[in-house]
Amino acid sequence: MNEKQSIIKVENLKRTFVVGSEEVHALKGVSFDICQGEFVSIMGSSGSGKSTLLNILGCLDQPTSGEYFIDGISVRERSKNELSDIRNRKIGFVFQSYNLLPRTSALENVELPLVYNLDVSHRERHERAQHALELVGLKDRMGHMPNQLSGGQQQRVAIARALVNDPVIVLADEATGNLDTRTSYEIMSLFQSLHEQGKTIAFVTHESDISVFTSRTIFLRDGHILRDESVATKSAAEALAALPVDNDY
Amino acid sequence: MDILNLIRISAKALLRNKTRSALSMLGIVIGIAAVIAVVNLGEGLKQSTANQLSDMGTNLIMVMRANQRRGGVSMGSSNVQSLKVRDCELIAKGAKNVTMVSPVVNSGGQLVNGSKNWSGTVYGGSPDYLEIRKYEIATGVNFTEEDVKKYAKVGLIGQTIVEELFDEGEDPIGKTIRVGNMPFKVIGTLKERGENGMGMDQDDLVVMPYSTVQKRMLGVDYIQQIVCSAASEDVAEAAVEEIESILRVSHKIPEGGDDDFEVRTQQEMLEMMSSMTGMITTVLVAIALISLLVGCIGIMNIMYVTVTERTKEIGLRMSIGAKNSAILLQFLTESIILSLIGGVIGLLLGLLLSYVVSLAMSLPYVVNVGWMIISFVSCAILGLISGFFPALKASRTDPINALRYE
Repeated sequence: MNEKQSIIKVENLKRTFVVGSEEVHALKGVSFDICQGEFVSIMGSSGSGKSTLLNILGCLDQPTSGEYFIDGISVRERSKNELSDIRNRKIGFVFQSYNLLPRTSALENVELPLVYNLDVSHRERHERAQHALELVGLKDRMGHMPNQLSGGQQQRVAIARALVNDPVIVLADEATGNLDTRTSYEIMSLFQSLHEQGKTIAFVTHESDISVFTSRTIFLRDGHILRDESVATKSAAEALAALPVDNDY
Repeated sequence: MDILNLIRISAKALLRNKTRSALSMLGIVIGIAAVIAVVNLGEGLKQSTANQLSDMGTNLIMVMRANQRRGGVSMGSSNVQSLKVRDCELIAKGAKNVTMVSPVVNSGGQLVNGSKNWSGTVYGGSPDYLEIRKYEIATGVNFTEEDVKKYAKVGLIGQTIVEELFDEGEDPIGKTIRVGNMPFKVIGTLKERGENGMGMDQDDLVVMPYSTVQKRMLGVDYIQQIVCSAASEDVAEAAVEEIESILRVSHKIPEGGDDDFEVRTQQEMLEMMSSMTGMITTVLVAIALISLLVGCIGIMNIMYVTVTERTKEIGLRMSIGAKNSAILLQFLTESIILSLIGGVIGLLLGLLLSYVVSLAMSLPYVVNVGWMIISFVSCAILGLISGFFPALKASRTDPINALRYE
């Protein structure tokens, strides 16, 4: 792994919130690296600081202290507009509740990040969105509206949207949280295949049976890293095949 | 983000909520429609008055008695008895730009023909009176200078009086009818003229020699008005000056003293009338503008609701790289599109409305292009203003909270 380029580098990251007169230390000095091509899960229970960490990794929030480099760029003391550009060019988000625009076709939902990138022409945007949808297996659903798609399909559209800007890292926030087991496994299988194609993925979850599909797990507890370990990756496709057939589907 | 894309995104968002978009547009539609309709109708009214006044003769000059102070006491114009027949003669002789002069004395009176009666107005004038006032004779003849000299009991009657005092098909010419206690012979009837700009019936009149009205009806030696005809519209101003200087000499008004008469041209009357209708139009436009303002508040209100409702969308757009300015522009564009579409609909509606009302009121249909442009531009500006604060609110959304917003 050492020869690989570090995509995310976090050094002694701290984040303190002031709630009323009280200070809440959500992150108390977190350091780790995520290298190119890694599939990392960030685990922790509610209140462990994983959401805060994700917000910082996603450049939606700034750390109180510590350093954060994404693709070699220091995020500290960047203006809001610069952070927007970083999010637009370097990061792909996948949310728990998909966050697709209603009454907007799958294709247009996927095109959305490129709309905010002036370097991408109308035609290129279209082509890249089509390609991203093909990548997640929704070639024949491009014209469908979100309400015409199943939860799993909606999440695939959201993943395509996260891939369309060719980000250095895909950040998934409980991306399987709203899905049943079978669909969760399907989505994890998709993430694994994306990983095999060389995508770097950070997957935030509190479910340990989801984190087993990743190759490395960072455990957070109370704002500290409890464990950071590489694990033997379980194949989601195999897990899917092992599911009982009558599994309410 | 390029402008076309911006418009596309905003239009899509508006189309997602068709009913709400339509309702929030309604205020603007009504406001603009009201402004356009009022302005066009006001313009039509103005033109209609102008048309009717010019029917009376554009080179008409009127000399009226004026309020005068004598020894510090205001006399009131109706008590002033300064205009005399002699003034008419002096004007006829001295004013080169005046072609016709007629004194005017009028009197009300009960007109009686057998069992029928009608309360009408009698105008006394010279034989030129009809021509100066552009009345045309339908049947019969005009009275003559001879009739004036003899205080002849003859008169011409308007169509309203023909209808009121005579049976249908009966020829009034040669009949003797009474005005008050004085019998007179109808020697002619006047062509129908209809109502004037202020709704007065112009056919409800009797025209007699002024001397008859002066001596036999009123027993006075003064006259109430002088009407003159200038040689042409161009020399009307010069004619007014001539008349003024002649009358000042004849009335022995000292240098710097107040005139006891007032000379008005048709042009001035026209301006007076149009300033009156203009004032009414201004007031109505002001009211219409208020409704436009209310419409804008409606749009602002809806935009606030929209921003709150779409918090999650805003959060998502921000998380995938939309800058605050892009969010601001998106919502601004939405409100501008709303108000511009509302403006166009209102414009068409206003044009239609004023057209229908013009038809119904038989006014000329006038389109004021200037106001169409003004209202269209103000629509865009109002859309910008009413959308700005909601858009600002949207652009200041914190994406972290917005993404969690349910």
